[in-house]
Amino acid sequence: MEKRVTFSRWTIGILFAVPQLLLIFTFFYWPAGQAVYWSLTLQQPWGGGNIWVGLDNFRSILSSADYWNSITASLVFAAISTGLAMFIALVLAALTDRQLAGSRFYRVVLIWPYGIAAPALALAFRFILAPEAGFLAVVNRMWPGIWDPGLDGADAMASIIAAFSWKYVGYNFIFFLAAFQAIPRSLIEAAAMDGSGVLRRFWDIQFPLITPTIFFLLVINITESFQDSFGIVDIMTSGGPANATNLMVYKIYSDGFKGLDYSGAAAQSIILMLLIVVLTIFQFRFIERRVHYR
Amino acid sequence: MTIIKRGFAALAAGALSTALAMPAFAEPVKFDFWFGLSGDLARVVDTLCKNFNASQSDYEVVCTSQGNYDATLQNTIAAFRAGKQPAIVQVYDVGTATMMLSGAYKPADKLMEENGYKIDYADYFPGIARYYATSKGEMLSFPFNSSTALMYWNKDAFAKIGKTEAPKTWEDVGADLQAMKDAGYDCPMAINISANESWQLMEQFSALHNQPIATKNNGYDGLDARLEVNKTKFVQYVTDLKKWYDAGLIKIKSKDLGQDMVQAFASGTCQVIMTSVGDHGTVGKTQKEGMNWDVAELPVYAGTERKNSLVGGASLWVLSGKSDAEYKGAAAFLNFIHDPKTALFWSTNTGYIPVTKSGFEYMKSNGFYDKAPYKGRETAIASLTASEPTDITRGIRLGNFTQIRAEFGTQMQAIFANKVSVQEGLDTLVKNGDAILDRFQQTYPGKTLP
Repeated sequence: MEKRVTFSRWTIGILFAVPQLLLIFTFFYWPAGQAVYWSLTLQQPWGGGNIWVGLDNFRSILSSADYWNSITASLVFAAISTGLAMFIALVLAALTDRQLAGSRFYRVVLIWPYGIAAPALALAFRFILAPEAGFLAVVNRMWPGIWDPGLDGADAMASIIAAFSWKYVGYNFIFFLAAFQAIPRSLIEAAAMDGSGVLRRFWDIQFPLITPTIFFLLVINITESFQDSFGIVDIMTSGGPANATNLMVYKIYSDGFKGLDYSGAAAQSIILMLLIVVLTIFQFRFIERRVHYR
Repeated sequence: MTIIKRGFAALAAGALSTALAMPAFAEPVKFDFWFGLSGDLARVVDTLCKNFNASQSDYEVVCTSQGNYDATLQNTIAAFRAGKQPAIVQVYDVGTATMMLSGAYKPADKLMEENGYKIDYADYFPGIARYYATSKGEMLSFPFNSSTALMYWNKDAFAKIGKTEAPKTWEDVGADLQAMKDAGYDCPMAINISANESWQLMEQFSALHNQPIATKNNGYDGLDARLEVNKTKFVQYVTDLKKWYDAGLIKIKSKDLGQDMVQAFASGTCQVIMTSVGDHGTVGKTQKEGMNWDVAELPVYAGTERKNSLVGGASLWVLSGKSDAEYKGAAAFLNFIHDPKTALFWSTNTGYIPVTKSGFEYMKSNGFYDKAPYKGRETAIASLTASEPTDITRGIRLGNFTQIRAEFGTQMQAIFANKVSVQEGLDTLVKNGDAILDRFQQTYPGKTLP
């Protein structure tokens, strides 16, 4: 007979689940519920009272050109930085996996960027990309005025994308390398003996076998690019110039905490949450079909 | 074991009897003071607090820096909602309207009166007092760190173009900048165009020229005030700045680009800047060896009757919901800060100016403004007291003004990047700013500014 641990009464099961449920309730459902409530009211910042306004907050946000600009900027940022971070990490991991000279060293070093806090990283990039005194000042000496993140929105966007991608290359690298190393050597060696080159082995064997990892990282990277970009934007551009880098998450912060418009910020965070949910559902629905789990 | 036990018992009994017998040695009443200054300035505030605690034994102020003005206000609001607010908090100038409607404060003048302190409110420089007072003139908060904007000019560079005096009009500034450019100076003047510079570029300019920033006397007369900077002299000013920028007479300097205005001036890279008198000390300490420079009042357009400039900085608010004992302590602390001797200490160690006439006189009689590092700072007082404040130059009383400043930065950047024309940019500033004001008004239905 098979031995099974069972509980005589379902209440005991519930009891075991209670701590976890409490945690989720306290740190997710309660604040999220509060945000929904705030988004439907006008809150006085000092807590003096509020007025029920229904969907007015959403209406005023969605009719503001600045907000649509912020959504566009966020999507551009998400697409380019995710693409860059994943592509570079994939190439680096593939090369490290080939056991080239020094690959043990790279295996350790390439993970570090992810360990750096976003504001510290942003500060470093601010110095590197400063148009007058940084490393890129050379470019400006040759072609004056070509690099100007202070006034040129595209340059500023490029700066924050560079900083964010740099950080997530480290994160993606860990997963890609682990995925590559999980592929049995014998497969690759057999292919090599059959005379297929490095690129052919990559496309026909390695790439299909790591699609689950690629899919996982795609979801994570896109989600994080909407949320983890805050520290970088805050230090590097403060959303400027002329709102070019005013990503959704930064706008929530500046409207809510600097502008003390708690209701508008709550409505914006609901929209951001919905957007991320929709994007994630989309990815699971359409991209996951191409993933081979085994 | 028993000895220790007995020792404890004796100690406890001793402590108890002392507490009962000698209330004079009772623990001082502690109260919190949150402020928004950091770095060197925070150390000066800490010393100020220590001096207060050493000056008497009844109260003990616990001073905590919250990093910056924004964070101080945010943290105070969060603390207030949780019932853990400090007794005194430093709130920046543009937070005044938000504070007045918060219902979370105890009026400073009432507090002082209840606790038996006589403060001569007429002693405050009117330009400073009016900024923080209600429309009826009552002081709800105490002016603390105060400054105003000045023009810093490089005497050596001006000597090269044959000038020994700072330009007084914007017309002269234009000619001088061109002359400096022709004399080989790469950066005759530096400005920055982020939200922060709304203060010297828009707010100070408007006050000096007696131009409104918003209707209803800049918001003093009602929450339904709306911006109108797109049809005042300010439009011409921005047009000129843009013209000079395009001609290479003005360079944009900011920390994000590698060097901020003050560094650019102190290193001799740029010859003219407009910034707070609070930077006077920094320029003096970090300037290039042997560089000759001075400060002057901000220029005005020719034919303008100069008015007083606006005060910048912060004031001290006493929050509601504290005990009487804490209020007594808070009153004693505010009285201590009000003392002319504290003004001397404060201004010597920071770049801020004294806020009262008696403080200013006391400093003058001590020869403060004759000595080299501080000489020139009296220009700030001259600028603040250039005229009796008019209904418009009293200050700015607009809700969520931080957001309007942010919008100013956004539109100036769009203008200087040639994305929009000057008029279009300022029209958008007014449109978006009005939306912010509208929202603020809706949040406080039926309420009026005191």
